[in-house]
Amino acid sequence: MENRTLFKDVPAEDLIVPVRVQGRLARALDSDIFYSWRTSPVTVVATLVALALILMALFAPLIAPYDPFNPASLNLMDGFTPPASTGAFTDNYFLMGADNQGRDVLSTIMYGSRVSLFVGILATLFAMTLGVSLGLIAGYNGGTIDAVIMRITDVQLSFPAILIALLIFGIARGLIPPSQQESMAVWVLILAIGLSNWAQFARTVRGATMVERQKDYVSAARIMGVHPILILLRHVLPNVLGPVLVIGTISLALAIIEEATLSFLGVGVPPTQPSLGTLIRIGQQFLFSGEWWILFFPAVTLIALALSVNLLGDWLRDALNPKLR
Amino acid sequence: MTKTLLDVRDLSRRFDVSQPWLNRKIEGTGKRFVNAVTEVSFSVNQGETFALVGESGSGKSTIAKLIVGLLKPSHGDIVFDGISLKDGLKGAKARALRRRFQMIFQDPLASLNPRWRVVDIVAEPLRVFERGMSNRDQRLRVGELLTLVGLAPEDGVKFPHQFSGGQRQRIAIARALAANPDFIVCDEPTSALDVSVQAQILNLMKDLQKEFGLTYVFISHNLQVVRHMANDIGVLYLGRLAEFAEAGALFDAPKHPYTRMLLDAVPDIEMTGRRRKQVEGEIPSPIDPPSGCAFHPRCPFANDRCKRDVPLVINGVACHAVEEGRIG
Repeated sequence: MENRTLFKDVPAEDLIVPVRVQGRLARALDSDIFYSWRTSPVTVVATLVALALILMALFAPLIAPYDPFNPASLNLMDGFTPPASTGAFTDNYFLMGADNQGRDVLSTIMYGSRVSLFVGILATLFAMTLGVSLGLIAGYNGGTIDAVIMRITDVQLSFPAILIALLIFGIARGLIPPSQQESMAVWVLILAIGLSNWAQFARTVRGATMVERQKDYVSAARIMGVHPILILLRHVLPNVLGPVLVIGTISLALAIIEEATLSFLGVGVPPTQPSLGTLIRIGQQFLFSGEWWILFFPAVTLIALALSVNLLGDWLRDALNPKLR
Repeated sequence: MTKTLLDVRDLSRRFDVSQPWLNRKIEGTGKRFVNAVTEVSFSVNQGETFALVGESGSGKSTIAKLIVGLLKPSHGDIVFDGISLKDGLKGAKARALRRRFQMIFQDPLASLNPRWRVVDIVAEPLRVFERGMSNRDQRLRVGELLTLVGLAPEDGVKFPHQFSGGQRQRIAIARALAANPDFIVCDEPTSALDVSVQAQILNLMKDLQKEFGLTYVFISHNLQVVRHMANDIGVLYLGRLAEFAEAGALFDAPKHPYTRMLLDAVPDIEMTGRRRKQVEGEIPSPIDPPSGCAFHPRCPFANDRCKRDVPLVINGVACHAVEEGRIG
């Protein structure tokens, strides 16, 4: 029997707070956010495109017509097969044509967006975790810690992100032994892109944290002696997460483009594991000789991916901003 | 004999409002400080209500924050039930003491986390102080508390924005009571509420005080509210205690010229037809306080001594004119 002090004559069933009236899914479908998603056709289309691309990348090994990285299934003589035609020496059908090595462009795109999305998502998550943690610490503590962290972000934001990524990439190249460079390349790329994008998260979160920590519910928790880390995680973080999600989506699009840029410049993923950027780099060599499809289809995929994620970010920004409603 | 629960001795708090270091060096200015609270002493008896009144900027809220430990005093001491809080508390002793005091804030919307359900908000002290409590027991306790403050247990699943201002303050009171404290600091708990709701909340607080033997430090700028609630009253002016008296005595026979001025300005049903005296002047800036008695620029009884010397609290009044018998 529990230790009751109040209303001892009232049965417990009449006093207990019910667990939950509405299920999570029902509540989500009933929410303002879902309504604003449902009523924005652009956003619905963007979601569908992004989902389709993500699913395509996720299940590339299952749905791709060919394995573009298996030398046994490739025939160099199929190189430069135009779209929607059969290879000259094999019976392979190339919907989006074949590149200079006879690889099916559709399959390379599927595998390539896999690399692009993997790098983009992990780099963004890394940047988000780093930026949000530092922003929370800076905003909550203030003083010297805040000043130091914010000066670092100032320096970081005064450089173009791509330069920082190149710098980190170069340093990593020097540190990692050549034998492991190829296998580590993707992780170095994630690190480089992540480290070049965390500053915006830190700045936004720091500002929002400084507003939240002044609020009385934080004071109430402090009076109770709740540990500062718990205050940050339970009280402050949920209240600053809105802007973080918005920046997160937009920075996912940026990270994908940044990865493509680095790969285009030839410092990204190794050629054995081409991303969309690598494919575009390969394609642009043949653009002026008329083999447009090698460049065109990967570029369109990259644009579709970045655009749909960006549109989602825009929608999220508007949906979470009560002033625009 | 009543027992003293809280004893505040010579409490002072100074804030650094200097420019950043670089600006100071370039402009050649020194550090600047604000004395928000200066040498304030009072004591609060168990089961009673002590009210602190004063205009904006008089240091009321700073004292509240000092008492609950949100700020550290620059000087002086706060003794709670015989334990000095000056050096900060650590470990189990701190937890045992912290669960005994709570605070109710001015703006109930800001004092409740907007992303939490009411049941989680009210149960927060339980999670801190009753670590072993099962989820079911927590929900039962929260349901009891919500019923106690005039809400329904079903309200626990809602979010703070689904309530009115008065209801939110009831939720804040329920949270304050969750861990069975015996001392609650109320920082203008009704000033953000409609007048009709104010009375309900004040009566609720009085009922709870009677039922649980609570001790309140009640901070307000509203003299009518204070009259309704307090046993003892301290009047603050620019961070210093101007007058400290039993509530009835203060309202019947105010001694300090500032208290008189405040009381003369209170509208009263018996003085219909008479013109109310207005409060003259404004509270000076604490960055650059007047010399001597801080009240002398507004005081009709001020003389040269008032401009020169800071008055000490003698018999509950800090005024040279009262001390010299010039007014009385």
